[in-house]
Amino acid sequence: MPAPFILDRTSVTQVMAWVLAALLPGIVAYVWLFGPGILITLALATSTALVAEAAMLKARGYPVKPFITDLSAVVTAWLLALSLPTLAPWWLIVTGTLFAIVVAKHLYGGLGQNIFNPAMVGYAVLIVSFPVQMTQWAAPLELAGSTLDFAHSAALIFGGDVTKTTLDAVTMATPLDTLRTGLLQQLTLDEIMPQPIFGFYGGTGFEWLAAAFLIGGLSLWALRIISWQVPLAFLAGIWLAAGFLHFFDAGRFGAPWFHLFSPSVMLGAFFIATDPVSGATTPRGKLIFGFGAGLLTIIIRTWGGYPDGVAFAILLMNLCVPLIDAWTQPRIYGENRQNRKEPPA
Amino acid sequence: MSRELFRFKGGVHPPEHKTESNTRPVARAPVPSVLVIPVRQHIGNPAKPVVHVGQPVLKGQLIAAADGYISSAVHASTSGVISDIDLQPVAHVSGLPDLCITLVSDGRDEWIAHGPLDYQVMTPAALRLALRELGLAGLGGAVFPSAVKLDPGAAHPCHTLIINGGECEPWITCDEMLMRERADAILQGVTVMRHLLGCTDILVGIEDNKPEAIVAMQTAATQLDFAVDIIAVPAIYPGGGAKQLIYTLTGKQVPSGKLSTDIGIQVFNVGTAYALARAVFQGEPLISRWVTVSGHVLRPQNFEALIGTPIHTLIAHAGERSGATGVLMGGPMMGMTLPDLSAPVVKATNSILVKSAALFPPLPGALPCIRCTRCADVCPAELQPQELFRFAKAGDFGRAQEYHLFDCIECGCCSYVCPSHIPLVDYYRYAKSEIWAREKEKRAADLARERHEFRQFRLEREKKEKAEKLAAKAQAKRAELTAAPASEAAASEVDAKKALIAAAMARAQAKKAEAEPKNTESLSAVTQREIEEIEARRAKIRELARSPLESEKNP
Repeated sequence: MPAPFILDRTSVTQVMAWVLAALLPGIVAYVWLFGPGILITLALATSTALVAEAAMLKARGYPVKPFITDLSAVVTAWLLALSLPTLAPWWLIVTGTLFAIVVAKHLYGGLGQNIFNPAMVGYAVLIVSFPVQMTQWAAPLELAGSTLDFAHSAALIFGGDVTKTTLDAVTMATPLDTLRTGLLQQLTLDEIMPQPIFGFYGGTGFEWLAAAFLIGGLSLWALRIISWQVPLAFLAGIWLAAGFLHFFDAGRFGAPWFHLFSPSVMLGAFFIATDPVSGATTPRGKLIFGFGAGLLTIIIRTWGGYPDGVAFAILLMNLCVPLIDAWTQPRIYGENRQNRKEPPA
Repeated sequence: MSRELFRFKGGVHPPEHKTESNTRPVARAPVPSVLVIPVRQHIGNPAKPVVHVGQPVLKGQLIAAADGYISSAVHASTSGVISDIDLQPVAHVSGLPDLCITLVSDGRDEWIAHGPLDYQVMTPAALRLALRELGLAGLGGAVFPSAVKLDPGAAHPCHTLIINGGECEPWITCDEMLMRERADAILQGVTVMRHLLGCTDILVGIEDNKPEAIVAMQTAATQLDFAVDIIAVPAIYPGGGAKQLIYTLTGKQVPSGKLSTDIGIQVFNVGTAYALARAVFQGEPLISRWVTVSGHVLRPQNFEALIGTPIHTLIAHAGERSGATGVLMGGPMMGMTLPDLSAPVVKATNSILVKSAALFPPLPGALPCIRCTRCADVCPAELQPQELFRFAKAGDFGRAQEYHLFDCIECGCCSYVCPSHIPLVDYYRYAKSEIWAREKEKRAADLARERHEFRQFRLEREKKEKAEKLAAKAQAKRAELTAAPASEAAASEVDAKKALIAAAMARAQAKKAEAEPKNTESLSAVTQREIEEIEARRAKIRELARSPLESEKNP
């Protein structure tokens, strides 16, 4: 074996385990605010991801054990599960997870080779294919008075005897959806915002979920699992784009705080856009990547066909990564940048 | 004496493991009964053996002479008889044997006559020549012939001399012990370096995890009649790398692809300064060095070992233990596995590190790169190791070079932090050697093509010359034939004169054609340029072929 003969303690498994741990505050808040249904979604997505991962590794002739224990499939499953509506039916969860692991990850070459974030590919496929089911969000505790218990959640997810009326009783449009619908009905922001679904900064309940993701994300940064560039640039992109629009017409565009404090933005900024495999690698590249994703999120939210744009924004920026990386190569030790532009002799 | 220090980018903090070996005094390793002395212990041409099998030699006697400017002599480390000059196992990553001179000790350890060099009287060129003949080479790791580095050259005056006491590799303490126990001699060596290089600033950088060494050097420095700045630098691996130390101490970066001397800075290891002092003030050639023997041994410590001492005997002196899983020469970050423990201590051997499963757990298998860029965060050359890895793995060596592959110093920080445990440095070494091999092939192909082109050109020229010669001859004959009847008939004197002139002209033309080739007149511009290029290349080759040693020997 060649030098070096010693290694730092970190491993891929460890990095992934920290990411999962940092998602726990968000999951706890989720259960508190929307009921235990998310635990079923997480478990279903995780087991689907592990089975798909093992099958794909086997089919591709890779050793299963070292790759399945790297926990990357579990991270993908959790991120997708947390992006899905609370009461998404089981087949939606399974389809999304399968697509993420089989197509977005393994058909692109497996760990480290996927150019798109697998969880976001899964999400994008679902929202394009099943737009109705992708809006079955449970009403938050504060508005519904009580959350759905475990048995009811399971019944809804696994498609027991649920009538449309029951479903309508427990689900409700998300704040982003409400805002969008309101604006489409030519209402002004002042008329929309007093609705109970809107809280202090963001949506009622949703803003606390966003805060929990923020705490988890900041701890990832404190542990140096993620760098500061991507989340900061992402949030700055959201803030500046939303702020710019809101400044020009406060009646027609949501406030920057409202956009910033949505769970999808916090999850996207700290957990999804920071995915190293599909993100930019250079320091300046990370800034461009994050900022672009933030900007695109607001553009899609404002003018796009879907209420939220985080997934599409990140996927679009994933496309630009090779270009961004090539353009933002940093100066190396002892390099003279002035000489760089000279044509080769 | 506070000085602004600069923090180089990157670096890691591996466990130091210095106290294992620096808590015991330095011991002199006993003279082994058989010494194996390689002729290639330095960068440059291997030394040429000047002894024959069966010849008795004295300690310090020249046994292989420096061959060329970048080369260094090799000496008998003790007195005895030359028993073999053949291929023997040596410490090299390739595991291939190399030419060695085997010396059987007579047990008397009898010195050859030697004495100090009067360095202040000798001309710098003569002093450098003497140092090369005393086998002086850098003991910090690269083993570059010191005589070459002590030539300041005309282009860049050397204003700063940096003495490297960094010793940032874990486990190794030989430089630290040298500074603690031989500070005066090190600074004597620095005196000679200052004399030869004419530098004004002299800085000694020592990592702050060696407080005793810093104090010893500071105390010794007060005895000098010139200023030497002893500076504690933060202990960060690879802070003892020349480029990193230069930046830490001066804030200057060695330009990519250039040498530190291009910015007026020369760097020597403390061990080299010590060896230089012994060479100049005692006249002793480089036949021993300080070696750390540590890791899985009973008594980890430093030895002053003779060059040529088999490594297994040194391990035996430090107390062999069962359960060893391999032996490294050098540190754990940049060292190499020794395939054969009968390989000898050479000038580059700073450390012998015995591995065990507890101290050096087997490295886990590699996973794919997840582009986390931890490697980029710790790279002291500020490269993007993850991109270099991608290009090296794909065989895209051109792109690897564009991404500054050759600025990689192979310090191993990237591999150390990689969460996927990819042996990154190995990929870079592979890419570098592939590129070198291809360049070599390309040079050979270029040379062959040049030869072929020149041959074609020569054949063409000869053909033309022949044709012209024939044409001239034919013309002369024709002139003769037309002239002869005219004179016979004696038609008119004017005609005869004309014919004579014509004949003379034809003869002259023929002669001229014979004397010089005319082909160069009718060449196209392209061919002409090609010929000029070929001529220029040949001139360059001729110039290169002139050994720089000639100018050194006859200044």
